Formats: sequence, C-alpha cells, structure tokens
Amino acid sequence: MPEENEELLDQITSSEYKYGFVTDIESESAPKGLNENTIRFISAKKNEPDWMLEYRLKAYRHWLTMETPKWANVAFPPIDYQDIIYYSAPKQKITPNSLDEIDPELRLTFEKLGISLQEQKRLTGVAVDAVMDSVSVATTFKAELAELGIIFCSMSEAVHEHPELIRKHLGSVVPYTDNYFTALNSAVFSDGSFCYIPEGVRCPMELSTYFRINAANTGQFERTLIVAEAGSYVSYLEGCTAPMRDEHQLHAAVVEISAFEKSEVKYSTVQNWYPGNKEGIGGIYNFVTKRGICQGDHAKISWTQVETGSAITWKYPSVILKGDYSVGEFYSVAVTNNMQQADTGTKMIHIGKHTRSRIVSKGISAGKSNNSYRGLVQVGRNAVKARNFSQCDSLLLGDQCGAHTFPYIEVKNSSAIVEHEATTSKIGEDQIFYCNQRGIDTEAAVALIINGFAKEVMNQLPMEFAVEAQKLLAISLEGSVG
Amino acid sequence: MHMLSIKNLQAGLEDKPILKGINLEIKAGEVHAIMGPNGSGKSTLASVLAGRQNFEVTAGSVDFLGKDLLDMAPEERAREGIFLAFQYPVEIPGVSTTNFIKAAVNETRKHRGLEALDAVGFLKMMKEKMKLVQIDQSLLSRSLNEGFSGGEKKRNEIFQMAMLEPKLAILDETDSGLDIDALRIVANGVNQYRNKDNSFLLVTHYQRLLDYIVPDFVHVLYNGRIVKSGTKELALELEEKGYDFIKSEWALAGE
Ligand SMILES: Nc1ncnc2c1ncn2[C@@H]1O[C@H](COP(=O)(O)OP(=O)(O)OP(=O)(O)O)[C@@H](O)[C@H]1O
Ligand SMILES: [Mg+2]
Repeated sequence: MPEENEELLDQITSSEYKYGFVTDIESESAPKGLNENTIRFISAKKNEPDWMLEYRLKAYRHWLTMETPKWANVAFPPIDYQDIIYYSAPKQKITPNSLDEIDPELRLTFEKLGISLQEQKRLTGVAVDAVMDSVSVATTFKAELAELGIIFCSMSEAVHEHPELIRKHLGSVVPYTDNYFTALNSAVFSDGSFCYIPEGVRCPMELSTYFRINAANTGQFERTLIVAEAGSYVSYLEGCTAPMRDEHQLHAAVVEISAFEKSEVKYSTVQNWYPGNKEGIGGIYNFVTKRGICQGDHAKISWTQVETGSAITWKYPSVILKGDYSVGEFYSVAVTNNMQQADTGTKMIHIGKHTRSRIVSKGISAGKSNNSYRGLVQVGRNAVKARNFSQCDSLLLGDQCGAHTFPYIEVKNSSAIVEHEATTSKIGEDQIFYCNQRGIDTEAAVALIINGFAKEVMNQLPMEFAVEAQKLLAISLEGSVG
Repeated sequence: MHMLSIKNLQAGLEDKPILKGINLEIKAGEVHAIMGPNGSGKSTLASVLAGRQNFEVTAGSVDFLGKDLLDMAPEERAREGIFLAFQYPVEIPGVSTTNFIKAAVNETRKHRGLEALDAVGFLKMMKEKMKLVQIDQSLLSRSLNEGFSGGEKKRNEIFQMAMLEPKLAILDETDSGLDIDALRIVANGVNQYRNKDNSFLLVTHYQRLLDYIVPDFVHVLYNGRIVKSGTKELALELEEKGYDFIKSEWALAGE
C-alpha cells in the first residue's frame, strides 16, 4: 500500500462520529443492577397491568437459567449485567399533549439528528416515533393514521390502550425463550413502537422510529411489534444514534412482525449507533433479534438494513415463510471500520409451498475490523418448490480487516431450488487511480465505489432515506483504501 | 508555447529502474507518437506523467504549462488538463458510466471555476460528444467498463477525453484492439479535437494509426530511453525494418 494512501486512511478513519453529543437533560432512572425489583420498578413506572408484569418476570426467571451465546464470530469481555441501568427516562415536567409541550432540549436533540418532530414533517410525509433512552417521547401523525384505523404509538401506550392486541401478538414471533437477549429484553424492555395496520389498509406514509441512547451506563431494550392484517401494506424505518462514551453500552432490542394473508411489510433500518473510537474503546453492543412471520398465503416481509455503527453488531433479521407462496427478503449493507465487529445475516425458514426468499448481503470491511455474514436457509419437508437465491459479496479496504461468510443450507424437500453466490473483492489501487486520473479525489472515489457496490441494497430503501444512508456509508469509510 | 517539458526523467519500481533518463518537449498543438518494443517503458512513462504512485521518480523534472507536474496529486494533474487513455481501462462495478463521467466533468469544472453542470446541461454535452466518437447511449448507462468489449473500453476512453477537454491527452495504445471502422472513428474524434491549443502523446505499435492521426514527431523508446526521434517517416521505417536496427545501433553505441 503506497504510503500516502496509508496516511489518508489514518487521517480519515479517525473522522469524528457526528452524532456523539450528549443532551443535557434531567432524567429519572432505576437504580443500577438487575433483579426482580428492577423489573417491578420498571413495570410500576409504566403503570402496567398485572399480565405484563407477569410476562416480564417469567422472562427474567428464564433468563437466569441461560448463558451468553458464544457461537458468533465476535469477541468481547463478559458483560456485567449488574452494572447497567435498565430504565432511564428524560424527566418531563408534564406528559406532553402536543409536540409543543416537549422539553426544548429534547426537541433540539432530535433536530440535531435531523428528525424534526414538528408538524413540518407533514411535508415529507413521514410519521415518527422518537425513543430517547427508555421511553417514547413523541409520536407524530397519530390522528391522521387513526382515521385509517392504523395504530402507531409507543409500546407503553399500546399496553394500556390495546391490551388485547399486545397480549395476542407480543412474543408470538419471538418468544422470550428464544435466546439469551430476547429473554433479557422481554424482562426489562422499557419502550418501543407498536404498529397495527388493519385489513386491506395501505399505510399512506413511511412509519419511522428513531432510537437515541442518551444517559450514561444505560442499556436500551426496546421492543417493536408490527402487525399487518390481511391485504395491508406498511413501510417502516428505524434509525438510531448514541453519544460517544468510553464505556460500552448494551442495546438488546426485539422486533417482531406478523404478516397475514396477502399483506406486505417492508422494514428498513439505518443503524448508526456509536461505533467506539479507533482503539475500540466505547461503542454500543448491538445484540438484536428481529423476526417476521408470513402467517398467511402470499404474504411478504422484506428486511433492508444499512449497518454502519456499533462496536459489535449481532443480528439476523429473519423470516418464517409459513403461508404458501409467501416471500421473504433480506437486503443488507454492513460496514465495519477500525475495531468494529459485525456478525450479521438472516434466516429464511421455508415451511409453506412455493415460498420464495432472496438474500442480498454486502459486507464492507476497513481498518482492523471483522465482518461476517451468517445465514441459514432452511427448507422444510412440505415446502414444495421453495426457492432461495442468496448473494453475499464482501469488499475489503486495506489488508488488516477480515470478511467471512458462513452460509448454512438445510433442505428437506427435493423440489426446492437453493442458490448461493459469493464474491470477495478489494477496492483496487488501480480503480482509485483511474478515478484520480479523471479528477476525482480518493475520498470521492471510495464513496463512488462503495455506493456502486452497495447499490442493489440502497435501492431498496425508501427514497427519503436513501440519500442519507449513502452519505452515511461514505462518512463511515472515507479514505480507507489500500 | 511549451506544453510539457520532460528533463532527464528517471523512474521505476523499488528495485527496478524502468525510465532511465527521458527528455521530451511537447509544444501546444503538437502531436507526438511514441513507439518501441514491448516492455520498453511506454506505459510507465504515461503512468508517471499521470501520477501513478507505485512508480518512484528518482531524478529529473517535468514542467507542465509552467507548473511542476511531479509535485501535483494525480487528481490535480487531471484537473489541470492531463488526460490518460489507459491501455487497460479498469472496471468499476455498480457505478454507471454516465454518473462516473458526470462526477469527473464536474470536478474539473469546479477546478476551473465553472459551475457544476445540471442534468440538462450535462445531457446536452453528452449527446454532442457521443456523436463525435459514435458511442452508444446504452453503453453509457452500464457499469463503468464492466463487461465492455476491448474496443468498447477504448472508445469509452476517447469519449471521456472528449467530455473532459484536456490540454494534453496521452493515449496509451488506444488503437490496439480496435477494428478498422472503430480505429477510423477514434482517429476522427482525435482529429476533430486537435487544435493549436492542445497536444497529444500517442503510444502505439502500429504505423496504421499514424495514417489517420498524422504526428508531428515520432520517438522510439527503448530500454527506458528515447533513442531515436524523427518525423512520421520514422514510423514507416520502423514498420519496414522492425526494431532490430535500433537495437543494434544502440548496442554499437556502447550499452
Ligand atoms: N507493477 C509492475 N511490476 C513489475 N514490473 C513492472 C510493473 N510495471 C511495469 N513493469 C515492468 O516495467 C517494464 C516497462 O513496462 P511498460 O508497461 O512501461 O512497457 P510498455 O513499453 O508499455 O510495453 P507494451 O508495449 O507491452 O505495452 C516492463 O519490463 C514491465 O514488466
Ligand atoms: Mg504499454
């Protein structure tokens, strides 16, 4: 690697995390540590009905019997679960009735993040639920959505307002017994978004949730539940950022999607949690379980993720293809730089006949980072003529990073067709030089090449966010060329 | 006016000298052809002029329109008006040729203090230059050079040259791999763009190209040095005799 490029790499991989500010806002927290009292505290804070508390306690007791999974291709010191604050809420003087009543500091935070909670959002037609630390602070466009029978609100609110729906669907796709982090999440989750699209309704706008960890030593455990009744459609986007802090912070979220006959759910994530500094100090542990189930025939669930942040990312948005002719998709761009580690991929579980799935994974590694794709395609005995196509591409910048692919395929029906393609490439010095020779500097060249590499996935993002995501890719990687 | 002035240029890889003292003067409006056996250093010279980092310059100087060329980053050289049509153009998957050229054109315009072209202005310019090299729209909407045939790649290089309007265009074997018609088209493109203000350095193995683009000077590069210079008759002589007579002359001269 020519010296100059190395310098440039150094210079730019140290570019600052832009969302690393801390909001100076009073917050109310649970005492550090986890025991049954913590859970009772959270539940009481939220005024929860007994059934909710019972659910949490069952999850907690189950969690106590479990151990941290070790199979992922990531390394981190043991987490001290007694050193985490499980509930932190920005202290608001009053419960806001309208957006105008939200604490100005808080509002400023979201504005800095480019999320305007104000009515001007009307112009872009995106409904936003904003979650700061453990609680939802604002949901926009509620009234407009309600007219169509669409419910879009915070999880805490849903527990009170729509208990029948929550009791029916919560944990139906991701039971608390699923894994270590889902058990933990089920015990201590503090908020998140709930979204319900009634039969035959096409949600007219993007629904979006922004998560923000602000307080120190706090874990964020949010819970998202999306139910799409027969023939409905919704596109949902999730974004996240956190301040720069020296200690690692745990984020263990659960997202569940239930899609009924002929419904379609598109779930997009732009994940930009604080990745830690160049030496790997600080950063978010992003241990997330996301799963959707195509309950009915011809249902479709599509995951799109752009993962640029977090010290460690550990997530596999999955689809259970239960209905005949149902479709699952997974489009992913995962970027790792410096000391970041990502082990991400998907599971496509084909149960119904003629089910189809498509996996497009683009891993980009730079610095000393490690980027793994891990995917499972499972075709059950009855999944006649199931089809899967997987494409896993890795792009390396420099020669100190790693890219790994772990595709698992289990086929129990002989009429199924499963295809897997994988490539690994490096951004070539000759490509950079070619761009340079046309007047394009190295940073711009890398951005151009990266965006070209990730295009197939970026094209899946809702228009409003595609540009933002493109910039994010460029920022996370600028100049890391070798 | 002097466009390019190369003095005693020596360059190579860490353990391998390739250019061993090149001297060359190119004035505005001139076309120079460089010929020479395989491996003699022609592409290396082109790369060094364009600023490729993996060659180390160990001695000499290059003046480009009054500026120290060797002191500039490759993208600066490009923006100042140096264009290299690559012998082997690289592929960049996922990046559309049109978008790539647009980025390039606007970087150069920015450098020259011009506003970036908007979509309409850019399209108009494209249409014009497409005619010049008879390149197809469908090719330009594909990923840069990806899956292009050899000839299509070369044509794309000349199209980019036409779009970027350089002062000095270095064409490294742009004629290799072109069919007869394409050769004529490419040569035509160059000739139309040829005027008193800009210059060309053509690297070629074939006299045929020089029938279409008549050079002012022909140089023979051998073993890292320009060992013979002349007019277009020199190319004819080489075509007839091959490089042997040059090699033996050089051997007699004591290397
Ligand atoms: N990256 C490299 N690594 C090793 N050797 C190199 C490299 N680049 C050039 N060379 C060597 O330098 C010498 C000059 O190469 P160059 O490509 O400049 O020749 P050329 O005159 O353009 O030849 P041709 O007519 O075949 O294109 C050759 O011996 C070549 O092998
Ligand atoms: Mg050559």
